Parts: sequence; C-alpha cells; structure tokens
Amino acid sequence: MNRSSKLSKVYLALVFIILYTPIFYLIFYSFNSGGTMSSFKSFSLEHYKAVFADTRLIMILINTIIIALLSALISTAIGVIGAIGIVYLKNRKSRNALLSLNNVLIVSPDVIIGASFLILFTMVGVKLGFASVLISHIAFSVPIVVIMVLPKLQEMSSTLIDAALDLGASKREVLSRVIIPYIKPGIFAGFFLALTYSLDDFAVTFFVTGNGFTTLSVEIYSMARAGITLTINALSGLLFIVTLLLVLGYYFVTNRTKNPLRTGVPK
Amino acid sequence: MQNNTNRSYYLVPYFGWMMLFVIAPLVLVIYFSLFDLHGNFSFINYQNFFTSVYLKLTLSSFWYAFLITAFTLAIAYPTAYWLTKTKHKQLWLLLIIIPSWINLLLKTYAFIGIFGVKGPLNKLFESMGIGTQQILYTDFSFIFVSVYIFIPFMILPIFNSLDKMNPTLIDAARDLGSSTWTTFTKVIFPLTINGVKSGIQAVFIPSLSLFMITRLIAGNKVITLGTAIEQQFLVTRNWGMGSTIAVFLIMFMVIIMILTGQKDKGALSNEQIK
Repeated sequence: MNRSSKLSKVYLALVFIILYTPIFYLIFYSFNSGGTMSSFKSFSLEHYKAVFADTRLIMILINTIIIALLSALISTAIGVIGAIGIVYLKNRKSRNALLSLNNVLIVSPDVIIGASFLILFTMVGVKLGFASVLISHIAFSVPIVVIMVLPKLQEMSSTLIDAALDLGASKREVLSRVIIPYIKPGIFAGFFLALTYSLDDFAVTFFVTGNGFTTLSVEIYSMARAGITLTINALSGLLFIVTLLLVLGYYFVTNRTKNPLRTGVPK
Repeated sequence: MQNNTNRSYYLVPYFGWMMLFVIAPLVLVIYFSLFDLHGNFSFINYQNFFTSVYLKLTLSSFWYAFLITAFTLAIAYPTAYWLTKTKHKQLWLLLIIIPSWINLLLKTYAFIGIFGVKGPLNKLFESMGIGTQQILYTDFSFIFVSVYIFIPFMILPIFNSLDKMNPTLIDAARDLGSSTWTTFTKVIFPLTINGVKSGIQAVFIPSLSLFMITRLIAGNKVITLGTAIEQQFLVTRNWGMGSTIAVFLIMFMVIIMILTGQKDKGALSNEQIK
C-alpha cells in the first residue's frame, strides 16, 4: 500500500513536470539577453520592451482581445436565448435533433470548420478579415454556451416561472428577474469558455483570415515558421500571466455564485 | 397555447444561426467536392481519393492518430486514477488543466526550442555521450508534442468518471477476495469506460485533423488528413479536392462518434466540458 502510494506520487510529479516544463522553458528564455533558446547569456527585459515597442504586434494583440470579447458577448447572448428555446421545446424529437446539431460544431475538427466557413464566406461575399474572423468565432462559441447553460435551465423548476406569472410578472420580467439570475453561473461559465476558445483558436482563424488581418495565434504561427525569436517568448510570459488571471477570475466568479452564503461572511 | 407560440420565438436567432453555420457549410463542402479544378461537375476528386496517394495518406493519418490516442490514454489513465486519490483533488485537477489553457501555438513553439539541435534535450544526449540527434521533424517529435497537447483532454473525462464511481464497490471487490489487478480490470475500468470513450473521442478526431503541429514539428510532410485539407485549400487552392478530403474526414468523424457513442447522452455533454 505504501509502496504504491509512493509510486503514484512519483508518477504524478513526473506528469506535472512534463506538462509545465515547456511553459517555464519558454518564459525562462524570455529573459535571455542572447537571441537563442539554448544558451542563457544574462538577464534582460529587452524582449519584453521589444513586444511593447512593436506597434504592429500591439495592434494584433488588441485585435485578438476585441475579437475574443465581442465573440464571447454575442455568442453568449445567442446561446442563452437558444438554450431557453431548446428547453421550452415540447417535442422531444426536435429537441434531440437540435442538440445533436449543436454537438456537430463542438466535435467537428477545426480544419473542417475553417475550410467550410472559408467556402461559405467566399460564396456569400463576406470580405475575409475582421468580420469573417468575428463571425466564425461566434459560430463555434454558440454551441459551447448552449452546453454550459442547458444543465442549469434543466435543473430549474418550472414552478418558479408559474409562481412569477401568478404573481403578475410580465414575460420580460420572468426572463430578467427569474430565469437569468437562476442560470447566471452557467452564463458566466459559457462566456469564459467562449473567451478562451476564441483566444486560443488558431486553425479556424487561419483559414478565414485575409491578408490584412491577423490574430495572435496566426501571427505566432508565421513567426515560428520563420524560426526562433525571443519576442514570442516574451509574449508567452505575458500571456501566461493573463491566462492565470483568467483562470483565477473564472474560479472566483463560479465559486462565488455557487456558494452565495459564503460570500456573506466577511473574511 | 399562446404561451407556446411566444416561447418558440426564442429559437429563431439560434436556429437561424445553426442553419447558417452548421447546415450551410456542410452542404457547401459536399457541393464543392463535386467540382474539378476548372469548375466542371465531376467525380474526379472522389476517383483521386481512391488512388494510392490518398489511401496511403488516410492510412498514415489513422496510424498516427491511433498512436497518439494510445499513448495519451496510457499516460492519462494512471494520472487521472491517482489524481482522484490525492487530498485536494479538485485543486490538482485544476493544475493539470491550466497548461491546456495556454495558447496551443506557444506550447508547440516551445518544443521547437527543446527539440532543436542545440536544445536542452540534445545537450543532455551529448553529456550522456549519445551525441547530437535530429529530434525535430521526426515521427517521435510529432507524436510526443501531440500527446503532450492532448493529455489534459483525456485526463478530464476519465477523472470525472472515476470521481463519480462509488468507492464501496472497490471495497466490496476486495472483500470478496479479488486482487488489485482483477479489481481494476473487472470493476474500475468497466465502470469508467464512458470516460475513456469520451477521452478517445476528444483525442482521436482532432489527431486526424492536425495540421499546425505537422507543419511546425514534423516538418513540411503531409501525413494527416488535416494537413492535406490545409494544403489543398490554402496552398494549391484546389477547393474541390480539399472538400472531398473534408467529406471523408466528416464521415470518419461520424463513424468514430458512433463507435465511442454512449447511451446516456446527457452524461456525455456533462463530461466533455466541466
């Protein structure tokens, strides 16, 4: 028993080391004054300065954030309304059909989504660039929001709505005062997930972005294909901090909404 | 009655969105697969797909996807199992998940440095007296990086199904005299098979369609269906052939989903994303 628990600790430690080594390796060399990822000369912040001095890179960063925020917001709106619609559907067959349609986009490989959207945008005549990237990010985020919101809606008792209606609430009030507050954790989870999917997406964006518009992932790809530049390392250091903050923020928000009692107690 | 018609308005934006971005693209891909390079209707792309070039490509793509999935499962299952035994398991799980939130491109880029000719791994080889090896642009580096990327996605569903399992069942098996190994093969593994299936689904299908990792880590070789699609669409600009490969990839995807499908649909959607 003791031996196996020791073995398990060693194994888990090994997995953790392997998972985190590449990330810390990147960040470590972002402070290298030399230009390579193999020999560390001396500590320097020059690559971070290079990131902030590169206006093109900063523009790309801003574009990426704008796309992520906008697509997360819009897909959350569409997804929440869609999830409410699905729950209200009385017909079991059409509800299941809609749900499997919903799952198609989640399971579909990025390459397929990217390639088929490229055809779609070209046929419809949407210019490849900001609009096409934004629309595709909304498209693949909507099903995720639906998946996150649906369980919350299903566990909500319909008597709550009946009670509100009996007490004279209008339909709009039922939505804004009863349903939305109840499913808030699901909405937050969906929004954060949509945000991270958008920030992380490479393949779909790579297909549907034109010449003039780039997001961070696509830019890193073209930089990495050209070879090693420590600017990417500095970027990864910055992104790692942002990611950590996002994860912490997400857990803070979801845990707070999960335990409303706990927040009432001052610490 | 009036209630019902009102409520179905909720579905309009969502339904329209799904028609436009699920059905329409699917129809367009199938439509485009029926045209040759000059815009004439033909089945030439399908004929081409059944030539040795594309059949070999499909086979190699499946072989790599199989290897990636097998290694990922072999590493992820014990990790998930022992994670459920730790004290603060949710915290540890979060720590396992965090790397998967780091931008995919950055993680892949890190391996260009690690596996490079002057990278730390080669330095280790040299100090051990093996000498410098070409690691980048080999099958090993491709599979290693892919497994690295997919591990958290395999751990998550397996962890969830292990976590849901009733621990008294294991005690019962032990009391009835079964060995640790028998308990695992007869009790634990069958009870967590749904998690394993969702994990396989979450790894195998993306493995077939990788193209970024093949380009950056495996060199410019076209060894997966995803790389072939990217090549046809963005390099040679033969949308017809690209769409044909996409049609087959969609078919493979559906088959895999049926094979790894679960009777309990609700459990699946809950497990995939927690």
